[in-house]
Amino acid sequence: MVVFFILIVYDLFASEKFKKYYLPVACLLFLAHTIYGFLPQATGSSFSGMYVSGTAQNMIKNILNIGVLLVFLQSNSWLAKPDAIFKRGEFFMLTLLTLFGMYIMISSGNFILFYIGLETASLPMASLVAFNKYENNSAEAGAKYIFNAVFSSAILLFGISLIYGAFGTLYFNDLAVNLHPTPLLIMAMVFFLVGLFFKISLVPFHFWTADVYQGAPTSVTAYLSTVSKGAAVFAMMTILYKMFANLAFEWQGLLWWVVLITITIGNLFAMRQTNLKRFLAFSSISQAGYIALSVLAGSAQGMASTIYYIFVYVFSNMAAFGVINAIETKTGKVDMRDYDGLYSTNPKLALIMMIAFFSLGGIPPTAGFFSKFFVFTAAANQGQYLLVFFALINTIISLYYYLLVVKAMFINKSDSPVEYFRSDSYMKISLVICFVGLLTIGFASGIYQYLTQISFGM
Amino acid sequence: MFVIVPVLMLIGFIPCKKISHVRTVAVVGSSILLILAGVLLYMFLAERNAGNTAQMLFIKDILWYPALNIHYAVGVDGISVAMLMLSSIIVFTGSFVSWNMDPLPKEFFMWLILLATGVFGFFISIDLFTMVLFYEVALIPMYLLIGVWGTGKKEYAAMKLTLMLMGGSAFLMLGIFGIYFHSNAGGGPFTFNILEIAKNGIPLTAQRIFFPITFVGFGVLGAMFPFHTWSPDGHASAPTAVSMLHAGVLMKLGGYGCFRIAISLMPQAAHEMAWFFMILTGISVVYGAFGAIAQKDLKYINAYSSVSHCGLVLFAILMLNEAAMTGAVMQMLSHGLTTALFFALIGMIYGRTHTRDIREMGGLMRIMPFLSVGYVIAGLASLGLPGFSGFVSEMMIFVGSFQYTDTFHRVLTILACSSIVITSVYILRMIGKILYGPVQNEKHKLLTDAVWYERLAVVSLIVCMAGIGMFPGWISDLIRSSLTAVAGW
Repeated sequence: MVVFFILIVYDLFASEKFKKYYLPVACLLFLAHTIYGFLPQATGSSFSGMYVSGTAQNMIKNILNIGVLLVFLQSNSWLAKPDAIFKRGEFFMLTLLTLFGMYIMISSGNFILFYIGLETASLPMASLVAFNKYENNSAEAGAKYIFNAVFSSAILLFGISLIYGAFGTLYFNDLAVNLHPTPLLIMAMVFFLVGLFFKISLVPFHFWTADVYQGAPTSVTAYLSTVSKGAAVFAMMTILYKMFANLAFEWQGLLWWVVLITITIGNLFAMRQTNLKRFLAFSSISQAGYIALSVLAGSAQGMASTIYYIFVYVFSNMAAFGVINAIETKTGKVDMRDYDGLYSTNPKLALIMMIAFFSLGGIPPTAGFFSKFFVFTAAANQGQYLLVFFALINTIISLYYYLLVVKAMFINKSDSPVEYFRSDSYMKISLVICFVGLLTIGFASGIYQYLTQISFGM
Repeated sequence: MFVIVPVLMLIGFIPCKKISHVRTVAVVGSSILLILAGVLLYMFLAERNAGNTAQMLFIKDILWYPALNIHYAVGVDGISVAMLMLSSIIVFTGSFVSWNMDPLPKEFFMWLILLATGVFGFFISIDLFTMVLFYEVALIPMYLLIGVWGTGKKEYAAMKLTLMLMGGSAFLMLGIFGIYFHSNAGGGPFTFNILEIAKNGIPLTAQRIFFPITFVGFGVLGAMFPFHTWSPDGHASAPTAVSMLHAGVLMKLGGYGCFRIAISLMPQAAHEMAWFFMILTGISVVYGAFGAIAQKDLKYINAYSSVSHCGLVLFAILMLNEAAMTGAVMQMLSHGLTTALFFALIGMIYGRTHTRDIREMGGLMRIMPFLSVGYVIAGLASLGLPGFSGFVSEMMIFVGSFQYTDTFHRVLTILACSSIVITSVYILRMIGKILYGPVQNEKHKLLTDAVWYERLAVVSLIVCMAGIGMFPGWISDLIRSSLTAVAGW
């Protein structure tokens, strides 16, 4: 049903003639779609169990919708530039196409459909990454992304084929009861997970992240780091919970180490970065580790915490990327050094950036504190105190580099700070949404409560 | 109420354009807080006199996150009332001390009040979740307060302080998860509520793991050796009002937390492991005092003296008997007031002489008599002169710790007692050096004495110190009534 609606929207874009009103039309239509998503949805499965739609799936789709809406709002002044204006329709179409792929991925009840969704989400993404095709960085990033995506889906496909070879069926429901920890199945599961780890950019499959994030247009980077990652995490979580519940011991052991090194490596590398987009790439790697930590819990509480974390993470990362985007399109500066003294010239942007970083670092009263707390609670509930301890130590490291940016903006003096400028109104709307969201989500306990009601464990 | 007023103040700051408006909001707001604390104290005593012996009074409990049984729960006992009084006095005087804040006065006061919100919230919450939330709210403004408005190696100090304290809060969070997931000994759901946890009790095996973690977590903020290194740098670099609030109130969060969470929720493990932490805190008492002797900078001297005195607070809490614990709370109050006075005076002197090096000052008594007399009073109160609060609290601590007759406690107590002597060495030497003797710098002769808002701040702090020192009875009763309920002797 949701998919059907998105196709209508998609069609409308294709026939859009009034080029001048592209963005407002796109935003309005998408806003309508997002609101529609929040209305009560029909749940059930169609195509004989291939396509499953439950309340949890609807919720994560709504979160992705919010993310995409924010991306659209933030992309205005970038798309108005002369080398992007003639293909701005493509930006919306490609973005929505990948979103469609993610929907399929999330709702799939069969490995084939899952694979189709994954590919639909990855291939247009590569062209989005290479959107500024006349810039070497962007083209290079696109090539890197496509190679990695193809490579990882090959591995994933190999895992799927092993499973098919063992059981002769690809439906999740038929498989779940039959799975037992045999060497063949463990191998299949590992191959499958490796393919997904690439998408989520968990260590040691994270090498593409920094280059791609740096090279891609900032709107696309924001999209990649929030929506794409959130969809992949959710898909991984449902498959692990539903399908591989019998192998819980094995995948939890695997994920334990992956989470540990992901958080640590992401944090340690982020400390050395000076380009803010690379910096946020490594920060988002370590954030992916925190998300995976609550996946590891394997309980309904873990699932609720994961969705909640993704929800908050969308807001904080979109706020940070929004500020970077605004400054980059105006001045072309993305270095941390360029942010020296930002507070004296652009206090509002600096404030939003600070709140976003505090949220990423888990400082109250921003929403990030609550989401981190719930993730740790979910993991500690399963007795993972040691891992929670390492994660907590890592939040201190992450706080160090977030504070470095805060220091640059508030404390450092600069001879040539970014001059005062006014962002366009779409950017303003999106930043205000993020800002208000970050400060209020934590206090509105209803969201988490609703998520616990719709979540399911193993 | 204590959370609402600061939040209203924060909102009140937003439209302020001129420094005079900011000042008005700050002064009015902090006066309201002070009056509120006074009213609370009065109401609390009235309730107690009326025979209400419940452990926590004025409880307000709102279910916040039903899924995890998180409540927004606040309530006060005698100790929190005393701490609230202390905090509101220091916020009040702090806003007078930073009368001429420059640059960005609006932002400065906003961060300061955010910090105060965290402190007030921490002292009134009886739910572990809200407690941690307010704890971290109180920590993070420090970074910008020191980093933007500080002096000296401010960026290094701010980063070090923030990261070390957040590291402490990482331990603390782990401890809280441990407590939470062992809080349903009697069956039923897990709970964050301190009163219920204390009633249910935590299994001893869990206590053994999570007591040290929690104690270290709060010990970092209480400047326990070897986690005290943030304190000298942080205090020395911070602007005056922030040093006051930090040494006067924020370090007390550590002691209060150790008492309220680590010890009263996990008493058996506390009995077993007290000896280890006693050694550590004993080291910080003596080491802090010796460290202060070696310093030349006024703020560093006072910061090391804070390490020593706060070490004494933790030391006394670990004695686990009534006299010493009453002394510990008294010491928190007394040290809070004394050190705030010290930092206020140092800030005022530094604002005039532009140096804090004791070798470059001398004979200030003749130039600015008011500040100098205040300084002498602060010094004498700090080394425990009878008539001031320091005497009462140290007396009670040592009486309490001497009740143990074994050699271990005796030796440690005597060592800790020796810190009083060392304290008098550095205090008297410092006073003698900067206040008496010949004037070191001819330019200093042109300096002026305190103006009215500075006098107001200094006098109100001295009055409180002397008040506790002369009439310690009612305040120790206030504390003791709550102690019996908490620790169940």
